[in-house]
Amino acid sequence: MANVTTNTEAQRMTFWEKIYLPEIARGLGLTLRQMFRPKFTRQYPEERWEPEGSYRGRPVLVQEEDGERCVACGLCSRVCPALAIEVRAGETTAEKERYPEKFEINMLRCIYCGFCEEVCPEEAIVMSKDYELVFGSQEEGILGKEKLLIPVGQLQERLEFLRQWR
Amino acid sequence: MPQILIDGRAIEATDGQTIIEAALANGITIPHFCWHPALSVAGNCRMCLVNVGSHKKDVDGSLMFDEHGVPVVNWIPKLQIACATPVAQGMIVDTTGKRTVDAQEAVMEFLLVNHPLDCPICDEAGQCKLQEYAFRHSKGKSRFQEEKVHKPKRVQLGPEIMFDGERCISCSRCIRFAEEVAEQPVLTFVRRGDKVTIETFPDTTFDSPYSMNVIDICPVGALTSIDFRFKARVWEMSFTDSICPGCARGCNIKIGVMNNEVLRAEPRTNMHVNTYWMCDHGRITTPDVINDSRTDGPMIRRNGVLVPTSWEEALSVAGDALRSSKPHDIAIIGSAFASNEDNYALHVLANHLKVTNVDFIKHNDHTFGDGTLRVNEVAPNAIGAHAVGIAPGNGGLGVDRLAERIKQGSVKVLVVLEDTLDNHSTELAAASASVDTLIVLSSRMSVTAQSATVLLPAASFAETHGTFTNILHRVQHFSPAIVTKENERYMGMQMSRWDKFGAPNDRWSQGVRRDNRAGWRILRDVLNALGSKVSWKAAADVFAELAMHVDGFKHMSYALLDKHQGVALGKGHSPDPAGIVYESHVLKPN
Repeated sequence: MANVTTNTEAQRMTFWEKIYLPEIARGLGLTLRQMFRPKFTRQYPEERWEPEGSYRGRPVLVQEEDGERCVACGLCSRVCPALAIEVRAGETTAEKERYPEKFEINMLRCIYCGFCEEVCPEEAIVMSKDYELVFGSQEEGILGKEKLLIPVGQLQERLEFLRQWR
Repeated sequence: MPQILIDGRAIEATDGQTIIEAALANGITIPHFCWHPALSVAGNCRMCLVNVGSHKKDVDGSLMFDEHGVPVVNWIPKLQIACATPVAQGMIVDTTGKRTVDAQEAVMEFLLVNHPLDCPICDEAGQCKLQEYAFRHSKGKSRFQEEKVHKPKRVQLGPEIMFDGERCISCSRCIRFAEEVAEQPVLTFVRRGDKVTIETFPDTTFDSPYSMNVIDICPVGALTSIDFRFKARVWEMSFTDSICPGCARGCNIKIGVMNNEVLRAEPRTNMHVNTYWMCDHGRITTPDVINDSRTDGPMIRRNGVLVPTSWEEALSVAGDALRSSKPHDIAIIGSAFASNEDNYALHVLANHLKVTNVDFIKHNDHTFGDGTLRVNEVAPNAIGAHAVGIAPGNGGLGVDRLAERIKQGSVKVLVVLEDTLDNHSTELAAASASVDTLIVLSSRMSVTAQSATVLLPAASFAETHGTFTNILHRVQHFSPAIVTKENERYMGMQMSRWDKFGAPNDRWSQGVRRDNRAGWRILRDVLNALGSKVSWKAAADVFAELAMHVDGFKHMSYALLDKHQGVALGKGHSPDPAGIVYESHVLKPN
């Protein structure tokens, strides 16, 4: 076998590594040390994690005192790579003539990319901190306006993040 | 024939043409808002400003060159508007140089000063000329800090038109259209300067039968359709080329579909037929004709009630009835509403059965025609039905004498394609109840369809390929716009986005897919059941056979019809060239 260079694990190991037992002791030592260090796990769900403003959780609609900000322009729906959003517009007599008669996000399709938030010209759809999404059926995974509308007060942190960094 | 140079391209213009017309004829589009080829020149938007000049010449008439050997051009000190400057021999036009671009950017900035930029709300967004030019010909920044001018919004100018004064850029296209094309001069500018807006004269309303064309020509969303308002964004719909079924003019249209439902029809330029326009009647009724009161799945009469059945059973019942009857006991009624292909297939069926009682019902409404586009012949394909051979054979009965013969009991089987017998006479409709078997091929649940013995649901003109022959004897091709169970696989990527990508657990993919089949296909199956060997696989096969056997259609094919925007009967070998297609603004392909 000319011209063959080998570099196997066995060739690389030292004598002490080859006899294996000291390495076991070293590994156990590491485990033992970790036991006396601070814990990183938490007792979920009793202890909950509060994400930062930059966190991209479930997309929600911003609700102002006089109704939703959304004007049903449909850009979120168009940009959504997973086709999770459906918007149907209706007409109102308010100054903003258009409002979403139907706004549904299919959370089974959503991939939390945040494109909808980025494209929104009205800052009406934002990514919330909500990461706890459990559904009993496929139908439940499609969220309508009643579940999507969140008062603007609860979304301040995200809105400030967007204004600062977007 | 003046020769001019546009952006370095030598162009042969015709006398009296303006720069913008000469450019359009040679495929160059100069940005413009107020100019429209069918309207008079207003020259008020200033968007088409271009740099115009001519070569500088020596006293002996020879060209002068600069130190680089380039001919020196004498530019006119101020820019000229391309829409109102006639071409002249040796004219040099620059549409892309710095002076021109600076002017375009300045004009765009000026137009956008008072434009509300409410694109998220506006129905025009996505097919808006101002939006398009804001991307292409503007700096993309506004220096305007002040409060924008407020004007009346949501003003109803006519029964179908909503006006938004703030979005208006005062191009006056609608005013000129009302005066020159609709011939109802009721629109005008009122007030001055930045307060200028459009109103109807007191006690008038813009209710011309062509009023809705102003929605298409409005370069912004100032004029929107009350009928369509906010139903969908333009990019959510698929647009398919089709032919308006509203009357025998056969206006070229585009059908906008979302969720497998037709939401709007808008005109498509065809200089031979409808130029740039269509009438409001066609625009408003076309979606309803396709969406409402449709047949869905074959039906058969059992114990006096129409019940759903399978295609096999419906076709075999129809075939048995035809097979067991003598030719003179059968009458076949073609249709001016069905395509040439369907009528031809019916003609083949009549020939196969040796039936001579073949005719179709003519539809005339003396109040409908108006000398502009609308004609009294209110069915789209009467010329075509006659041309492919839907006419009484030797000794056969016409539709006018049919009622009395049915009453005498000498007609046992009546085949009706795509029509309502009441349209001819209540007498015929009443008589049809007494035939043994009434076979109806219909896309709509008409009175006749409801009284059928066998109801074979035919695809409407929006669900299949086909051709109509209009009153000018022009054969025009239409393509399927909406999905049926039959054409679902064929439609594939031509469907609107929601239909294309919907999964069963999506709530939005709930558009109805009807179980309708193309008329020629149903007739092919009936023919096969009767022992004929016809083997058409697509509408194009029927049309190819039609083109071979029927004189007027010689040399025609769908490709030829598409290329020439329709071909007149008998001109398959030398079709008129398609005119210059000017579309003011359309949705750009994504």
